[in-house]
Amino acid sequence: MKPFEYQQAHGLGEAHQLLVADGGKPIAGGTNLLDLMKLEVETPSALVDVNRLPLGGIVEHGEGLHIGALVSNSACAADPRIRGQYPVLARAILAGATFQLRNKATTGGNLCQRTRCYYFYDLSQACNKREPGTGCAAIGGFNRIHAILGASDACIATYPGDMAVALSALDATVEIHDAKGEKRMVPVREFHRLPGDTPERDNVLEAGDVITGVVLPAPSGGTQLYRKVRDRASYAFALVSVAAVLQVEDGVIAKARLAFGGLAHKPWHDPRVEALLEGEAPSDALFDQAAALLLDEAREQGSNDFKIPLTRRTLKAVLREATGGTL
Amino acid sequence: MPITINGVDHELDVDPRTSLLDFLRGDAGLTGTKKGCDHGQCGACTVLLNGQRINSCLTLAVMHDGDSVTTIEGLGTPDAPHPLQAAFVRHDGYQCGYCTPGQICSAKAMLDEIAAGWTSYVSDDVAGSPKLSEEEIRERMSGNLCRCGAYSNIVAAIAEVAEAQA
Repeated sequence: MKPFEYQQAHGLGEAHQLLVADGGKPIAGGTNLLDLMKLEVETPSALVDVNRLPLGGIVEHGEGLHIGALVSNSACAADPRIRGQYPVLARAILAGATFQLRNKATTGGNLCQRTRCYYFYDLSQACNKREPGTGCAAIGGFNRIHAILGASDACIATYPGDMAVALSALDATVEIHDAKGEKRMVPVREFHRLPGDTPERDNVLEAGDVITGVVLPAPSGGTQLYRKVRDRASYAFALVSVAAVLQVEDGVIAKARLAFGGLAHKPWHDPRVEALLEGEAPSDALFDQAAALLLDEAREQGSNDFKIPLTRRTLKAVLREATGGTL
Repeated sequence: MPITINGVDHELDVDPRTSLLDFLRGDAGLTGTKKGCDHGQCGACTVLLNGQRINSCLTLAVMHDGDSVTTIEGLGTPDAPHPLQAAFVRHDGYQCGYCTPGQICSAKAMLDEIAAGWTSYVSDDVAGSPKLSEEEIRERMSGNLCRCGAYSNIVAAIAEVAEAQA
């Protein structure tokens, strides 16, 4: 690991000051950042420990909830309000990592989890995300875990997390404080970026920004599911995952909110699919149309071709289960 | 502020790059906690931080001033083993033993998590009370690998202690 300066911030103002002055990175749980620093994929000159900021609570916020950025994944998934009113979020969090990691990983830090692309981790390989301008060894390489939607000629990496996929389905908002102390609210759906020609930027955070929380809107009820398909039964990243919040009233789908993991550089959300489902009676034919629309611009990369039929089948299974049908 | 390890205070006067794992083994001289992958994938380094299980390889020692850590040495001794340690011996829950300190620290926290009502990915009702089963134990212990493959006996040892506590 490269040497770095370590500082503890005791307030938000101090955190901004330290981040801007030293060009440092904030560290909370550190489960991803320290892993990458050991491999020298990340080489920050300074780490600003933000764990002492007062951001560790879940409190009521309007009709919804404000989850402090330092709330651990474990604490979030164990909270009775999350489990009872936002079960898709609890399920998604519990689908990711292990109890050990979730005890350390935080709400803010988990949003910033970086890709698990093998070429991003391997310093001997070309990677535009790690070192802009060097190329992408995943394109034409072994790309089983890579994107089928929204990728670019510069990068086909996927966002690996589960929590943010559920937050996207719930239409949550990320609360960010910038270096001037100004607060801005960014919908989770707009927080992560598509790679385009700047894949080194995973999300919209600017230097000096600190995520201070995530705001959940009023509970929407309905049937909430998170289905994750992966290589092992536990402790593995999603090949495909689907977060679904569905309401069926009088035999028709009154509301459909869907987000997908494992498909793109960000949790994938396609409002066209939701619009197609809403107002219609659930049927296999309808679910086929939804899957076809979701995947109409899907592009396989060689090793990940299986993700297209896998996504279609997983979406259909989730829609059947959520609308009361059989698997 | 110092860090408290198994009830004893230690000063944190170390290179900031020092992981909590390396601090425990090198500076505090507590070599019961094991270094496996050093990347949070195997669980051999599992310790209890303020009562919760974590991977000690994926956190920096300097981040833990004022915190309390319990390692395998703090759970029991050869003369007075923790019930989980005794159960692992009784059920032959290991072969080489390298993953065992992490397995036992992890299992200790797992039983506390179930007592606190935390559900897991395999729980039928995410909002309900978890019921202990072999499937639940396997899911909750998936962060601890055993390359000897002693999983059946590890599950049996944990199940026995869980039933005795229930």
